[in-house]
Amino acid sequence: MTALDDLMRRLLFLPEARSTFAVPVDRLHFFVITVTMIASTITGLMAFFFFFKYRERRPKQSTPVVVPSMRFEFVVIGVPLFFFLLWFVQGFKDYVWYTTPPKNATDVYVMAKKWMWKFSYGGDGPNAIGTLHVPANRPVRLLMTSRDVIHSFFVPDFRIKQDVLPGRYTETWFEATKPGRYQILCSQYCGTWHSQMWGEIVVMPGPEYDQWIIEQRRGLAARVDTGGDDGPSFHGSIVEYGKKIAMDQGCVKCHSLDGEPHIGPTWLDLYGKQETLENGETVTVDEAYLTDSMIDPRGKIVKGFKAVMPTYKGRLAAPEAAALVEFIKSLRTQNLDTVPSKEAIYEPVKPAPRR
Amino acid sequence: MSQSNQLHDDSPPVYPAVNYLNADRGVWSWLTTIDHKRIGIMYLVSVMIAFLLGGIFAMALRVELLTPGPTIMGANTYNRMFTLHGVVMIFLFMIPAIPGVFGNFLLPLMLGAKDVAFPKLNLLSLYLYWTGATIALCGMIMGGTDTGWTFYAPYSTSTPMTLFPVLLGIFILGFSSIVTGLNFIVTIHTLRAPGMGWMRLQLFVWAIYATSIIQVLATPVIGLTVLLVGIEKVGGFGLFDPTRGGDPVLFQHMFWFYSHPAVYIMVLPAMGVVSDAIAAFARKNVFGYKMIAYSSLGIAFVGFFAWGHHMFVSGQSSFNDGAFAVISMLVGVFTAIKVFNWVATLYRGAIAVKTPLIYICGFLFFIVFGGMTGIAVATVSLDVHWHDTYFVIAHFHFIMVGAVIMAFLIALHYWFPKMFGRMYHEGWGMVAASLIVLGFNATFIPQFLLGNAGMPRRYYMYPERYQALNVASTAGASLLAFGFIIILIYLIYALVRGKVAGDNPWNSRGYEWMTTSPPPKHNFDHPVIIDRDSHDYQEPGEEVEHVVI
Repeated sequence: MTALDDLMRRLLFLPEARSTFAVPVDRLHFFVITVTMIASTITGLMAFFFFFKYRERRPKQSTPVVVPSMRFEFVVIGVPLFFFLLWFVQGFKDYVWYTTPPKNATDVYVMAKKWMWKFSYGGDGPNAIGTLHVPANRPVRLLMTSRDVIHSFFVPDFRIKQDVLPGRYTETWFEATKPGRYQILCSQYCGTWHSQMWGEIVVMPGPEYDQWIIEQRRGLAARVDTGGDDGPSFHGSIVEYGKKIAMDQGCVKCHSLDGEPHIGPTWLDLYGKQETLENGETVTVDEAYLTDSMIDPRGKIVKGFKAVMPTYKGRLAAPEAAALVEFIKSLRTQNLDTVPSKEAIYEPVKPAPRR
Repeated sequence: MSQSNQLHDDSPPVYPAVNYLNADRGVWSWLTTIDHKRIGIMYLVSVMIAFLLGGIFAMALRVELLTPGPTIMGANTYNRMFTLHGVVMIFLFMIPAIPGVFGNFLLPLMLGAKDVAFPKLNLLSLYLYWTGATIALCGMIMGGTDTGWTFYAPYSTSTPMTLFPVLLGIFILGFSSIVTGLNFIVTIHTLRAPGMGWMRLQLFVWAIYATSIIQVLATPVIGLTVLLVGIEKVGGFGLFDPTRGGDPVLFQHMFWFYSHPAVYIMVLPAMGVVSDAIAAFARKNVFGYKMIAYSSLGIAFVGFFAWGHHMFVSGQSSFNDGAFAVISMLVGVFTAIKVFNWVATLYRGAIAVKTPLIYICGFLFFIVFGGMTGIAVATVSLDVHWHDTYFVIAHFHFIMVGAVIMAFLIALHYWFPKMFGRMYHEGWGMVAASLIVLGFNATFIPQFLLGNAGMPRRYYMYPERYQALNVASTAGASLLAFGFIIILIYLIYALVRGKVAGDNPWNSRGYEWMTTSPPPKHNFDHPVIIDRDSHDYQEPGEEVEHVVI
């Protein structure tokens, strides 16, 4: 059965089925689509066959009057109705199961905004942008809301999707069956970078996940208590460390590294530049301004850009913020100009770096 | 009366010296005409321009999707482009195409009438169409509308792009649609020739009748919806935007309450065309005439209660999801009835394999595949994965392009001699038809697979794993475009240099063929009395063989 499933999946270009919901969905999918292909091919071929078999043999040839019998009408209505209702009953049963999260599910809060996913584990748990860590073989419930327009949380490998609405919570759940990394896509059109609103689910084996969440809690507490002295260790230069954080935290989704304007100001030659703010003031980009902007991004918005950046307060330990600043400082060309950043253009420059 | 199309078998066909095309001359005579045939021709030219525009936008999208990253345009341009493609194809082409062109041209002929019931209202509907189309197009191009044709709130109410002109355009287009529908309903009720009972109507007329009912009942809702979006956008009232106390899902309910029945505004006339054309080319009574006629009404009725199947992942209750799913299945049953009857009509026919037959063969495959994938996406658990992916795109293009455009082409070829008195080139017709059926499959079957693989719709950039199928789809689209270009060329040639067709080149028994081709200004030179059924292929006095299956 699994071998046949895998074959069908490959033929139909379906991704791997990595959640408990995916398996019954795929089975019904194979049934429905096979019947569909058979029925449509037979219809087309039958018409084609009749073209030859009953082709006109002489002009104005007369034809018999063919009328349906009661039995024919019964078959014509009964057979499709039987299949359609069969599919409906099975599909609706699976669907009701899918829309009823188990009581013992782990809750994760999801906040969608243009164009990123934010996850938080509630209470004193960690939070993250773009990457959701979950345990394998345990149900996880997502409570989702949006801060701006409608988005939709879609994980092809799990066969799940749920619209995320502003002003209310929607929920969905899944139980991942295999550790690995799975892509999250936004499937409800939400503007310019809709097609780049991606995230990732990292499914970890249960015990590893438990360990991870404890470490995250401890790390978070440490950051708050001591300024993060025992933050995660990283072997390499502080600049490389800053680059890793920029990738992990999703900074580079909005800030380009090559001088092209994007959603936020580019980081190339940013350090030392004179920027004009929204309120007309000018500011020199130094360590203080960069750090301020991570903690309170709405405080000093560079003219021409929108206040879309979320705060990183509580998500960056002091050494991490410092490493980011060092990384930004390292992005320099010979011809540093001190003119203000070019205004944001909401046009693509190059595909956002993929991990 | 019914004998007139049997005359002059051996003499070469004659082009009628005076007909509706040359009865009056000059541009002004066209612009002020109240002749339903001329209005139909002007609709034909207009919707073909819209189709050409929509097609160019589609090709631009396909070229952009050749690579995972940016190819020929920026993200915002792409978003505007798919909005233009959707709005132009749906509101400027699909909805007016068959009713506006063939409904206008043929309905009075098929009823044995001189014109529609309200000829001036008919002209008004065309001017409303032109006005709405111009405002919507200019508004979108200059204002950079980037919401998609669905205008989902609160994105639409919060986008900085201009939305008002396109909403106004759609509002006006809605009136054009309502006026046409109203006119047709009254015409069918009041202007049937003596002897033409309801059960003698051609199936195309039945289809147009069912369509008109939807146009009159559903279109006001889209008018109301766009008006509310406009009010929210301009006046800042919180109707759909939750930050101002509105409800974004309310918008979806209102939008789909029109836009789902609108699918049947597009598909029902297509089904009517196929019913008539199959009978003509198989020289046979339509099998199960009443079943086909009533199933049109059934689809029109049930279609009003299926809108929620567009919203399975919107957060509506599971009970609603289930109810909308079952109702959607009923639409499938009505459609299945029609398909069985069409195929059964071919059984023991005397089939003349001409260009429209190639399209009919394609149509039958497409409507079964497109229809049954519609059942598949209405099967709630399956829809969760497919919703808003290319699977849905492929499904509705199978219906919109596969069924409706095939039917438009069937109609165009079948009634071309009726409209212009000349024949297109059969050989080139076959070549183009084969290209289009092939190209269509090559374009949209990869899109089904893309949807399975999980590629969401409206994606400017996509993960690299989706590239191969996207390239395949674009290649298919080029084939499709090539087919359409061939058609355009040979039809324009046929218009000027085509062989004179004669009054009834297909030996069809449809009532519209009882007059000359092209018809005179007032349709019939003699009073029309109907003494037979519409798809009655028995010669008078001929022994009729009855077969029951």
